[in-house]
Amino acid sequence: MEQNNYIDWKKYLIVFLITVTLFLSASYIGNYFSNKKVDQLKLIQDKISIDILSSETQFSLLSELSCKNISDSVISGELGDLGSKLEWGQENLGMTDTVLYLKKYYSLLEIKDYLLTKNISTRCKTKSAFILYFYTTAENCSECEKQGLVLSALRDRYGELRVYSFDYSIDLSAVKSMLQIYKIEDTKLPALVIDEEVLTGFHGIDELESMIKESFKLQETKSGEVVPSENTTKKI
Amino acid sequence: MNLILRMPKKALFVMFFLFAFLSINVILFIYNMASIPDIILYFLTFLSVYVQVFFLVTFLDNRKKIITRNGCNKLSKYPKVTILVPAWNEEKTIYKTIRSILDLNYPKDKIKIFLINDGSTDKTWNVISKFTKFPNVSVFNKENGGKYTALNLGLEHVETDFLGCLDADSVVDRDSLVRIMSYFEKDPTVMAVAPSIIAVNSKNFIQKAQEAEYFLAVYMKKMLGFLGAIHVTPGPFTIFRKKVFDDLGPYKHAHNTEDMEIAYRMQKNNYKIEQCNDAYVYTNTPISVVKLYKQRVRWIYGSINNTIDYRGLIFKKKYGNFSFFTLPMIIISFVAVCYILGKIAYNFIDFLFSKITQFEVIGFHLSNKMNFFDPFFINTQSLFFISLILYALVLFSIILGRKMANDKNNYILGIFYYFIIFTIIGPFWLFKATYNTIFSRKPAWR
Repeated sequence: MEQNNYIDWKKYLIVFLITVTLFLSASYIGNYFSNKKVDQLKLIQDKISIDILSSETQFSLLSELSCKNISDSVISGELGDLGSKLEWGQENLGMTDTVLYLKKYYSLLEIKDYLLTKNISTRCKTKSAFILYFYTTAENCSECEKQGLVLSALRDRYGELRVYSFDYSIDLSAVKSMLQIYKIEDTKLPALVIDEEVLTGFHGIDELESMIKESFKLQETKSGEVVPSENTTKKI
Repeated sequence: MNLILRMPKKALFVMFFLFAFLSINVILFIYNMASIPDIILYFLTFLSVYVQVFFLVTFLDNRKKIITRNGCNKLSKYPKVTILVPAWNEEKTIYKTIRSILDLNYPKDKIKIFLINDGSTDKTWNVISKFTKFPNVSVFNKENGGKYTALNLGLEHVETDFLGCLDADSVVDRDSLVRIMSYFEKDPTVMAVAPSIIAVNSKNFIQKAQEAEYFLAVYMKKMLGFLGAIHVTPGPFTIFRKKVFDDLGPYKHAHNTEDMEIAYRMQKNNYKIEQCNDAYVYTNTPISVVKLYKQRVRWIYGSINNTIDYRGLIFKKKYGNFSFFTLPMIIISFVAVCYILGKIAYNFIDFLFSKITQFEVIGFHLSNKMNFFDPFFINTQSLFFISLILYALVLFSIILGRKMANDKNNYILGIFYYFIIFTIIGPFWLFKATYNTIFSRKPAWR
């Protein structure tokens, strides 16, 4: 019969090793799925990249195409989807080097899409409705969070509206150039550019709605209607 | 290697835990997730998984020793046993309690029953008085002084070598006593044997949730029995050798959890406690959230304060697994549950706050862009999988506990309710018990 105070140290060790194994397995599985998700993000980005490149090529061949065809084809609907996935990834996978790299790539794609849309609107004499939105993740910016919510709601309401969001703190020369062009300062975030006009600080939904209605003559998307364009206001 | 082998075991043990802590940190750093709250969370989760794996390994080690008997077993000798029934305002349940003792499958002349009225203000005394016609029943009436005083009054009159207590809200199975006594017969060093407590008469989901919890307790208690590390000898029908009280003294107030304190005291003196999984005691569980809350505040308050009172026993080799497993387990469960539930509550408040902000800024708005069914958004962090493992281990424990208790009722919903209710209401009684401990407030019995 075992003594009441008998301690089987080997058992403590074995249990420890089993627990470590369980933890490592869970970490391995978690890591496996994280990598899968990063791969998925990369795939979406590559697809968008090809879409934009294709649109640019089409744009170069503008003389052979009607403006109507182009404006339909440049729209890269997956950019919005990528935005929300990247935001989720940053929150749940951590700000790893890969996620940071993807975020930079995403910003570049946004700029390319923005430039292309702008060029087309000049060439085709149409007015594209887009907002540039600058925020920061370097510090706790509650105004930025609120602004992001407002822009998401507006984008949902107006299908044609395109919102390009940029993280002020991202270390990317192209984004820095954008900041220089519009003279955005980190003390005045969030900042918006609507129809070449720079707005700093938080702006409510009613104010922005009347502005974009006036500037771009937008029509509200009715529920159930197919949205022709999509972009993101996600804070990534 | 030789150096490691020559080190004292206690030092090795501490080294293991340090190594565990460091290895978790390394993993976290590799995955770039090493914020301080995360490290604490991982560490506590690691210890919680460790505890569950320890139980599982103990089960695999001893599974052949677990027997569930059907029918009545025989003893070579039937020692005399006294059963104490302390009662305070139990007019509704005490009749059945006493009847169940009278109906025990044990020679009638070997059982003495002490019915002790602890100053009830209802008709408990009337019910008790009716049993005076039985030759083996003695009744006592005293002023209200708390359960431990009623038990001690009974103890003063006990003349048999074995004694037990049965709470007046519980009913004992016919074969329980003979099965418990077989443990004493088999091993003369056993000083107390605890039964399996089964929750019965479940009318609502709160009671069904407790059914599952009681199965979990059956399993854990049995495993602790194998380890010689049981920390509570429950009020309902734990049988002791009288020597325990002769040597260690009577019951103490012990923060209203005298059944826990006596087990701690026995462990301190290396007295062996076993658990007899096929000796069933059926108990009525609190029916409402408020009653459950009050009961748990009392239990947890007792658990915290008895552990504080016996803190000197922790990590001392001479107290065995009780010192290296049970006491740390109690502390870990308390800290881990507080921390994890605190974190869940924090996240929930944070979520609510963000929704309020959203409502303030843009009014009621349902995004038509977010695809909730996209598998991309399913959480696949390692902590998610670890939590799954932990839940699976607990679930497995409940199933095994039920099997040991030989229960045949449907319990699937009970498990579901258990996970939900104890996660939602658990934090409240934990924090209240902690609050009471810090500000020295004693919780009421009911």
